[in-house]
Amino acid sequence: MPAYLLRRLIQSALILLGVSFITFFLLYILPADPVRQIAGRSATPQTVENIRQQLGLDQPFVVQYWRYLSGLVQGDMGRSYLQKTEVAELIASRLPATLLLMVAAIFCELLLGVTMGIVAALTRGRLADQALMIGSFLAVSAPQFVVSLLLLYVFAVKLGWFPIGGYGTFAHLVLPALTLGLLGSGWYSRMMRSSMIDVLRADYIRTARAKGLGRSRVVLRHALPNAILPVIAMIGIDIGVFMGGIVVVESVFGWPGIGQLAWQAIQRVDIPIIMGVTLVSACAIVLGNLLADLITPLIDPRIKLR
Amino acid sequence: MTDASAADTRPKGALARLLQRKLALFGLVLIAAITGSALLAPWIAPFAPEAQMFDGLTIEGAPLPPGGAYLWGTDLLGRDLFSRMLYGARTSLIIGVVANGLALLIGTLVGLTAGYFQGWIGSVLMRFTDLMMAFPALLLAICLAAIFQPSLWIVALVIALVNWVQTARVIYTETTALSQREFIAAERTLGAGTGRILFRHILPHLLPTIIVWGTLGISTTVLLEATLSFLGVGVQPPTPSWGNIIFENQTYFQSAPWLVFIPGAAILLLALAFNLVGDALRDVLDPMQRGRV
Repeated sequence: MPAYLLRRLIQSALILLGVSFITFFLLYILPADPVRQIAGRSATPQTVENIRQQLGLDQPFVVQYWRYLSGLVQGDMGRSYLQKTEVAELIASRLPATLLLMVAAIFCELLLGVTMGIVAALTRGRLADQALMIGSFLAVSAPQFVVSLLLLYVFAVKLGWFPIGGYGTFAHLVLPALTLGLLGSGWYSRMMRSSMIDVLRADYIRTARAKGLGRSRVVLRHALPNAILPVIAMIGIDIGVFMGGIVVVESVFGWPGIGQLAWQAIQRVDIPIIMGVTLVSACAIVLGNLLADLITPLIDPRIKLR
Repeated sequence: MTDASAADTRPKGALARLLQRKLALFGLVLIAAITGSALLAPWIAPFAPEAQMFDGLTIEGAPLPPGGAYLWGTDLLGRDLFSRMLYGARTSLIIGVVANGLALLIGTLVGLTAGYFQGWIGSVLMRFTDLMMAFPALLLAICLAAIFQPSLWIVALVIALVNWVQTARVIYTETTALSQREFIAAERTLGAGTGRILFRHILPHLLPTIIVWGTLGISTTVLLEATLSFLGVGVQPPTPSWGNIIFENQTYFQSAPWLVFIPGAAILLLALAFNLVGDALRDVLDPMQRGRV
């Protein structure tokens, strides 16, 4: 196990190194010139050249990347071109909002997905099952920006139950978390359904029923803990989907997290911020996958990590 | 969903089995309807999609609601929404087919090569695939699309570049398993060349997987294009796309919600249709996966 963990951590570090290289390279070859953005339209060629030198952008690619990388291993992610603040500081100040949204969204998708999956499994083949499975298809087919606008229109504009956007109170959190959770709930409900159907067929469930235990007790205490495990393992893999979703959802709801930060930075070609957010997201994805793999043997002891 | 013909054991073609499923049929009808209206757009559309109508706005300059002279109302520039939606369907479908086809091609080639040759080629390709898996795909796509002045083809290319990874992994796993089967060893003993083994013997076995992933992938692609266009970094106005119709009109969404929700519903239905058909295809073509997620 320690050997496995060590190897996976080294692999993860290599993957992150690769991500940093590719992102840096892509941003380097892009036709947009960050110096023009900083200098403004009226800047003289001399000013533009000075800024370019100050930022080290006149150096060859390898030098630039090496500088970035050696800063990175010391925890220095560079400075934002336009805001002049440390990128690490900017991200650190925005990360709590994103993490809060993430936890709330995972809670939503588990609650919705698991409930839908259990009900569908118990009513297998009947109307409720079919309706729920159509619902799960709708959930995975709905574009997140449309869902966010729809929720805003119904619950904020028309009913006035929640604020239109912003950050601070529990009411601000509900709609963005629901938007992000809905997509996952579609996948989870389908997974939960098939896992539940498998578990309900198991001998120990029949034994529990034969002992005279009530149906709800058998489902909730005996079947659920086993059936839910594959769904839990999926959460780790889902982080990637989540990291994509936050860019849109945070922008629509004005949620001050790293998704919004990334979107603003992309519009202004603020390369250090784009690099930083990409790396933080990649870290989260790699970590999520690692956790999912570490959980697997707990779910199925026949699987050994090697 | 449930297989109505469980008792019917006569062997049937995949198409016949597909058509027996109500949801798949619904999906196919939707796809046919949307494709039909996209192809026939020049003849069905009552107005030119870019034409700003003289009477297309109220006196206060607000868009007209659905009903009346303009079936689905007009947008913020007084253009007929129905006509723009018809032409927008072309954008969605072109990107859906082109970007997804390209992603499928890259994914299949990478998976096939890595799975058959293994060794260092396989390692390099699959490590690269792992690396791509760690990329926040949407962030990458937005970044690329934002900085390359996006056109229809650039958007398709960007989507293909971030979307081939899943296919590559699935094809890799299947090719690895197939390459160890006896009939492939037999072909090799008979002196068949690598190209022949790959394309005549392994590829046909992968077709069901490719078809299933190809169909499900169109749904992902359509959603991705809509998202990019919604953020304003996808297909650029005045070329209509369902995503950029929402992008252009979202400031009006409180007073003119139809401008957001009609295109929104269209994107949802198109993605739904391909998901329904893809899911049914998986059940029909791949009995091992039946009943799984």
